[in-house]
Amino acid sequence: MTQKRHPLFIPLIFVGGLIFGFGLGFSHMARPEVVLNFLQFEDFGLLFVMGGAAVVTGIAFALVPRLFDRAPLTGDIYGRRLKSFDRNVLIGGAIFGVGWGLSGICPGAAYASLGVGNVTILWALAGMFVGAYLQGYWRSQRASTNARATSTD
Amino acid sequence: MVTELELFAPALSESLFPAGISRYAVGGLLVGLGAVVIYLGTGISAGASTFLESTLSYVSDQSRFQRYVASRDWRVVFTLGIIAGAFVYAVTFQSGVVSSGLYESGATGQVYDVGGITLWLTDVQPWRLFLGGILVGIGTRIGKGCTSGHGVCGVGSASKTSIVGVITFLIVAIGTAQVVMALGVSP
Repeated sequence: MTQKRHPLFIPLIFVGGLIFGFGLGFSHMARPEVVLNFLQFEDFGLLFVMGGAAVVTGIAFALVPRLFDRAPLTGDIYGRRLKSFDRNVLIGGAIFGVGWGLSGICPGAAYASLGVGNVTILWALAGMFVGAYLQGYWRSQRASTNARATSTD
Repeated sequence: MVTELELFAPALSESLFPAGISRYAVGGLLVGLGAVVIYLGTGISAGASTFLESTLSYVSDQSRFQRYVASRDWRVVFTLGIIAGAFVYAVTFQSGVVSSGLYESGATGQVYDVGGITLWLTDVQPWRLFLGGILVGIGTRIGKGCTSGHGVCGVGSASKTSIVGVITFLIVAIGTAQVVMALGVSP
């Protein structure tokens, strides 16, 4: 981007990732076995990971927009993470669920898994890139076909 | 007098949470804190799965990936931060150099040693990781988010879309993992 960024933007992203990744390691979410133990009802600890994280973000997302106007490093207005609902949320969520249930790993935890030394997780990361590419290729083709169809109307 | 509940409750908690809850709760709070640090500084609600598509924009000119060109550099930094943060955990708690009553080490997978640092390897079979990974890559991108985007930032935003997304992938994942277990696939 030609737009100049605040010099602390990239360092702050790194520090946020560092804390995030440390938490994933500490909570054992970087270990597929522990996630599978949750999904197979042998250890319900994962609920505390998701719950603990959502409580912290919930408090911040509720308070920060009332206390401050704009984020210091980007000048952006504070908002919440709201995405539109459509069929894709259910279809994609179900496909993700099958993959998560089969492997015990999700994207953030896969990156963290590399950090704890789990080189075997490269199989999962390779799979994720293949999957992201397949859906992106398909959706790009469909979008351009639709664009051509409407432009010839 | 010891009531029946007092005898029963520790056993129940032991069976629901055999590794205790503190490592999960503390880890979860830190995951949330990491997301909040980025949010406070930048206003961005960071998710982990967009990295997959934004990074593909470096090597593919498909329009679906090119829409992420503006954010692809910081998403790489976010992912490198996650890897580095997990490595800091590996050299401290995982290696036993630092310990705490809040941390339970656990016995999953295999550990190996490199230069005095305890590293960890999964026992889960590569075909499960690869095939599962493909579905995770497709599903998170079509479904507009993963466990961090929907599960942490979206639920924290009280987004109905994210709550429905999380319920969907949780139920399907539980069903899938139960079927996999019933078929005798292990690890």
